[in-house]
Amino acid sequence: MHPILKIIAQRLALSTLLLLAASALIFAGTEILPGDVAQSILGQSATEQSLANLREELGLNEPAISRYFSWLGNALQGDLGIALTNGQQISESVGSRLKNTLFLAGWAAIISVPLAIFLGLLAVRYRDRWPDKLISAVTLTSISIPEFLIGYLLMYFIAVKLGWFSSVALINDNMSLLEKLNAIALPVMVLVLVVLAHMMRMTRAAILNVMQSAYIETAELKGLSGFNVIAKHAFPNAVAPIVNVVMLNLAYLVVGVVVVEVVFVYPGMGQYLVDHVSKRDVPVVQACGLIFAAVYIGLNMIADIVSILANPRLRHPK
Amino acid sequence: MKNIPISAMIGLAFTGLYFLMAIFAPFIAPYGMAEIVGDVWEPSSSKYLLGTDSIGRDLLTRMIYGGRTTIWIATAATILSFTTGSILGFIAAVSGGWVDQVLSRFVDLIMSIPSLIFALVVLSVMPVTITVLIIVMGLLDSTRVFRLARAVAVDIAVMDYVEAARLRGEKIRWIIFREILPNALSPLVAEMGLRFIFMVLFVSTLSFLGLGVQPPQADWGGIVKENKEGIVYGIPAALAPAFAIATLSISVNLVADWVLNRTTSLKGGRG
Repeated sequence: MHPILKIIAQRLALSTLLLLAASALIFAGTEILPGDVAQSILGQSATEQSLANLREELGLNEPAISRYFSWLGNALQGDLGIALTNGQQISESVGSRLKNTLFLAGWAAIISVPLAIFLGLLAVRYRDRWPDKLISAVTLTSISIPEFLIGYLLMYFIAVKLGWFSSVALINDNMSLLEKLNAIALPVMVLVLVVLAHMMRMTRAAILNVMQSAYIETAELKGLSGFNVIAKHAFPNAVAPIVNVVMLNLAYLVVGVVVVEVVFVYPGMGQYLVDHVSKRDVPVVQACGLIFAAVYIGLNMIADIVSILANPRLRHPK
Repeated sequence: MKNIPISAMIGLAFTGLYFLMAIFAPFIAPYGMAEIVGDVWEPSSSKYLLGTDSIGRDLLTRMIYGGRTTIWIATAATILSFTTGSILGFIAAVSGGWVDQVLSRFVDLIMSIPSLIFALVVLSVMPVTITVLIIVMGLLDSTRVFRLARAVAVDIAVMDYVEAARLRGEKIRWIIFREILPNALSPLVAEMGLRFIFMVLFVSTLSFLGLGVQPPQADWGGIVKENKEGIVYGIPAALAPAFAIATLSISVNLVADWVLNRTTSLKGGRG
């Protein structure tokens, strides 16, 4: 087998294993903890009889291991179980919400990735001068405020004071693409701001790291201009770390989306998860946790594979 | 003291100010924490410096008490995460072999799930109390401290003086606390600032989602949650915590940067 294919196959297998372990952890997180699920759903005042009924309904009388495997087996076949709160199939509710979330996160990624790389290059080019300092200051501020507050700041100043976009992001399938984009403009802006800051700082660090190599000095000494040195010599060597940074931040986006959706009342996975955590609807929480973990692990795996492809030195582990 | 750069001075001053406010909240706050003193969402006036909140409580009072809760939870969780994370990290680095493997792989596993998601999963079955919050946040975050502590300690564990301690028959406890800890302290302290910020953001996010500090207790995330409906009507009460969180985390960052810069020359930095 081709060595690269072999490495990719290895990573795939590893990620599958990791996902399996993560699913066990998510399941265990809702099971082994002190406190009975039935008790926490019904509250302290529940009678013995209703507790017993609910336990029976949830299958809590069976051992945890067998419940875990039947849950996992069903999840693999696309059956995520039934929500306790409204008795609907979880996979049906998840389907459209997942699409909405990916729509939101996708646009945030499309805008933030090129912008972050460009700003990173700019910051390195003008290192320690005002563009670098300005970018650093703005990004430092934006990583010092939690996402939901950035959301409300933008909502207050842009949606309410200036009246440019609507303050809630309601979308449905009947809207045209343009209307949808208009509706999600603010949440996308928040996500871009949050991810951009991390991504740009890490891109800057990655390129600066390369800039200290001897061949960069040679390029400078033979008289190349600043941008040429970066574009022709530093950037190709920084691609691997940058791709890694981009992927890590896309994974981070998956988490940021949860909070931003709640802020803008956007009908996505994040809101679904948070709603059902407060309702203590364990099957939904498990299903959402599993999906988020799967996306997160998948993106990290892609980051791994791409950086191996981009950097031949990683193909031959010592 | 005169070697402290101006940015670190500002950082120290503001951090100190916030902690003092947290400690002496009952003496500083003009009104009682859950005391309803005026109308709903009154604008700022000489009576209510920041105005009032969604049910007529003084916003400044809420902010001061909220800072107290937020800072207290973040501090406790940071301490928990550092004790667990660094001790386990040192044990992994010093013992090596299967102990290291088991601990490291377990940490990899926990870190493969985003901490907010994992916290939500756990909090869906746990009663949401401050103790539970501190434990969940502290333990989840200790994975990051573990990685750092292990990475630093692996470098130290091969030093001659550690070898000498081993040869003269010291137990693992002595090696960790007397040989490794003093030498690993500076990068850990710098990291502590960053973890503290992360905790502040984390607990605010959880409270905002309604899964953190429960009302009538005030905390910065909760204040946003309570006042968020006002935003649409142009009432900025929900934005007050943004300012507080941002200034607190920037000033802690400035201090952490300074500590880090001071120590990078001593011991390979965060490596």
